[in-house]
Amino acid sequence: MTSAIKLTLGSLLYYWPRQTVLSFYQQVENWAVDTVYLGETVCSRRHELRLDDWLGIAERLNSAGKEVVLATQTLIESESDLKALRKIVDNGPFRVEANEFGAVRLLFEEGMPFVAGSALNVYNPDTLALLASWGAVRWIPPVEMSCTMLAAMPVPAAMETEVFAYGRLPLAFSSRCFTARHYNLQKDACQFRCIDHPDGLTMNTREGEGFLTINGTQTQSGKVHSLVHHLGELVGTPVTALRLSPQRQGMAEVVATFRAALDGELPAAQAATQLATYLPAPACDGYWLGTAGLNPVTV
Amino acid sequence: MPKPLLELICPAGSLPALKSAIDHGADGVYLGLKDNTNARNFSGLNFDAKALAEGIRYAHARNRKVLMALNTFPQPATLKRWQQAVDTAASAGLDAIILADPGLMAYAQKHHPQLRLHLSVQGSATNYEAINFYHEHFGIQRAVVPRVLSLQQVENVVRHTPVEIELFGFGGLCVMVEGRCLLSSYACGDSPNTFGACSPGHAVRWQQTPKGMETRLNGVLIDRYADHEKAGYPTLCKGRFEVQGETYYALEEPTSLNTLEMLPDMHRLGIAAIKIEGRQRSPAYVAQVTQVWRAAIDAVKRNPQGFKAQPAWLAQLDKVSEGSMHTLGAYYRPWK
Repeated sequence: MTSAIKLTLGSLLYYWPRQTVLSFYQQVENWAVDTVYLGETVCSRRHELRLDDWLGIAERLNSAGKEVVLATQTLIESESDLKALRKIVDNGPFRVEANEFGAVRLLFEEGMPFVAGSALNVYNPDTLALLASWGAVRWIPPVEMSCTMLAAMPVPAAMETEVFAYGRLPLAFSSRCFTARHYNLQKDACQFRCIDHPDGLTMNTREGEGFLTINGTQTQSGKVHSLVHHLGELVGTPVTALRLSPQRQGMAEVVATFRAALDGELPAAQAATQLATYLPAPACDGYWLGTAGLNPVTV
Repeated sequence: MPKPLLELICPAGSLPALKSAIDHGADGVYLGLKDNTNARNFSGLNFDAKALAEGIRYAHARNRKVLMALNTFPQPATLKRWQQAVDTAASAGLDAIILADPGLMAYAQKHHPQLRLHLSVQGSATNYEAINFYHEHFGIQRAVVPRVLSLQQVENVVRHTPVEIELFGFGGLCVMVEGRCLLSSYACGDSPNTFGACSPGHAVRWQQTPKGMETRLNGVLIDRYADHEKAGYPTLCKGRFEVQGETYYALEEPTSLNTLEMLPDMHRLGIAAIKIEGRQRSPAYVAQVTQVWRAAIDAVKRNPQGFKAQPAWLAQLDKVSEGSMHTLGAYYRPWK
């Protein structure tokens, strides 16, 4: 049976060469995802693709039957960041994901329905109801929110709930660029070194444990958060969609595995085993269980 | 009413620290209750009802302000407790509450319309569109800006908002945008956003080993110190890690923010208040830092053009800085 739960492809968090991005999204046209988030959310210096390029990809994906959402930058500091934000809000046909409250203000003023990104920090029903009143039609809970807390959230009618279900967790944002810092470069003269690290730079503890991942101004988890073996627990929660975060290798297989598991064609344990082949690092699911995010998956 | 200019807002982790700040020249102090409704939920810190009443009495008798931080994010099961904290603040006669959660702002505005609201740094508002949104919807009158903007960016914010802007002047440096950092919860389960503490004490272990003193957070090795090095608190963004074969402070050195040299610029921009970090520090620390900043702010107000950060002030502040080092942080562009 086909599950009513949708699969979404989160925005690309890494800096990949232009051709790599274009061919990646060409493949996405054929993947079993319902929604695709597009655009640069991490760093305003990343310019392999401009807004027009993203809009071109958006149109093709839309023609292929995908819902497209344009994501806004998570950290907006300068007037030029705001200018870029206004262009996204004014894009015309496509829905927008607001990743901070400046975007919420602009979308609210335009009367445009929007997606409330996880960095908006919605932890309680009062704040969620406010966001609904401002025009949010879908929300992504903070990635640290547990299954139990989520099940206790009264979600306004018609509001969709999308959970971060696969990928390195976006854990922190800074104006400082940790990739540039690693190469002893200033941020303004970073030489775009992120492009050399299509899955980020691993930050190990002094015992060699892959603790975190440096991705420019963003810090991600070292492990890969995966809920593939928890899909049976979604009943009774408000979850209507699962977000898969793009990685360089094996993403088509990751999407196929989640779809098969959602549709009941693949038992949880088998899905987890199958997924393990494509993981760039060990899996974790601690947040879903209400514990430390890095706790390893035990199926 | 004219906007305030360069008020000195100091940390009060306890009643003695509050008195120390007031006695040494703070225009206002900020404090929190003894639970996770504020972002410094450490044992032995903060105020119960009795200490709060005494603190407010002490400060108001000297015509100073008391602000309360309610800057964590309530959850479905505990929302009531945060709302009660807002009620407590209103009935205790606080001068303002410092909030991060929109739902809680709406509650405060509805039930206590006279209570002045400040946007906490945990609200992660880094641009004027965001700040103005909170102003339009909840009437916030002041915003504390995260420690990630350059001074030029701060100037642009000030120019485009009627909201008073408060900047961090001195103390621990959060290298991440506050309110948007889950590194601590990833490592140990307790989140600054909900539990109210980064790298909480219960998850911390120090262990002497043949390789040196190791500091761990829920088992994760944050740093290891040679015999001649002083072991620091395992705040995980200030540990040493290995990236591509190189071991270093991959995110940030253990250092303090100190913007004393920028006071004339902050004066020129019309910054409403300077915040001193450190509710977890001792009353003696609060006294020393408050004294220096009081002198410096008075000096810049007397003669903005002629202001010079005195070496004695900087030396005094370096003595109480983390790692005895200081930085201008993001205000100074090349830091990035």
